[in-house]
Amino acid sequence: MKILISSQSELPIYAQIREQIKEQILNGQIKEGTILPSIRKLAKEVGVSVITTTRAYNDLEKEGFIASMQGKGSIVLSKDNEIMKEKYLMRIEEGVITAIETAKHINMEEEEFHHLVSELWKELRE
Amino acid sequence: MKLLEVQHLYKNYGDFQLEDVSFSLPKGFIMGYIGENGAGKTTTLNLITHLCRADSGTITIDGISYEEKPKQFLESIGFIGDESYFPGEFRLNDIRSVLKMMYPSFQEEKFNTLVTDWKLPSKTKIQDYSRGMRVKLMFASVLSRDTKLLILDEATNGLDPVIRSEIIEMLQDYIMDGEHSILFSTHVLSDLEQIADYIIFIHNGKILLNETKEELLETYVMVHGALSDLTEEKEKKIIGITKAAYGFDGILSSADAEGFGSEFVLEKANIDQIMIHLIKNGGNSR
Repeated sequence: MKILISSQSELPIYAQIREQIKEQILNGQIKEGTILPSIRKLAKEVGVSVITTTRAYNDLEKEGFIASMQGKGSIVLSKDNEIMKEKYLMRIEEGVITAIETAKHINMEEEEFHHLVSELWKELRE
Repeated sequence: MKLLEVQHLYKNYGDFQLEDVSFSLPKGFIMGYIGENGAGKTTTLNLITHLCRADSGTITIDGISYEEKPKQFLESIGFIGDESYFPGEFRLNDIRSVLKMMYPSFQEEKFNTLVTDWKLPSKTKIQDYSRGMRVKLMFASVLSRDTKLLILDEATNGLDPVIRSEIIEMLQDYIMDGEHSILFSTHVLSDLEQIADYIIFIHNGKILLNETKEELLETYVMVHGALSDLTEEKEKKIIGITKAAYGFDGILSSADAEGFGSEFVLEKANIDQIMIHLIKNGGNSR
């Protein structure tokens, strides 16, 4: 796990920690089942207050990325759970929307777009 | 679970009064007690450590007051000030003997480990130690006892950044088990601000603000702008405005930020800026 705090960022520190952990879970750098460092340990490693890391973990738990286990710290949840699926779906939608907008920009037909997608799908599967 | 509970402290020094100071610090957290020089920080800390007596009010540490069990109360506190309280003629060995004599919970081995880790010379008199070494020695003497509450009174002032960051790590280790707490006073925040969970802001002997640091940083934003863009209505919303030839600075309640358009620069405020502008506003938060 990698956490870099910037004092220049407009995001508050707890949000920087939350977003960085979230990003690393979504891109697979932090694997499901990983046990995250305790709130107090993380506070020490990053050099921030306990309340700050508590807040980051609480947010991640509310958003369904992690679950806290009594006395054992927090565990990264599996990608198969509903909330995580939703997060991934949102990511996919974002990407597709950008692609559609770009396609519209050059007046691409819908059918042509579908065709492109299925060709690429085939290519990447192999 | 509260570790330190301070209720309705009063102390009258004639030209200075501490008025109705109340706050509590839960177990396992760090609290910054901040204010200008002469605001009442040291007075409050001296009342907690019973260096002087309050006119009225109660103080308990883990539920125990000085009046009930004076020895236990004092033993549970580790105090570090900005000046070394060890006799200058002493060497490391003398200090070790005194600590052994004074404190039943003193762990000699732990003291020796800390002193070796921090490379404190044993042949040098304390008066010839550098300021950083003296502070480390105070930390070693306090951390090798069984305390519950660390009180730091401007303890890191004037230390170089390397030692300061070592001390910050030490402080975070101290609260790691969730049972120990730290109260530190300072008028310069910078790096200590990072690890504080709670901030109390004292001004003219009265507590002005007592919030978690997260809340405090979200309550206010910093605003800069040109004087020509400043309407009367907007100026009313700015707390502790400072005007200069080409522009103004101030803080805003985050709720008021919306009315300030792109002609103004809005940014995160830090604790120092919040403190400066609240004082400028006569200590009023609105």
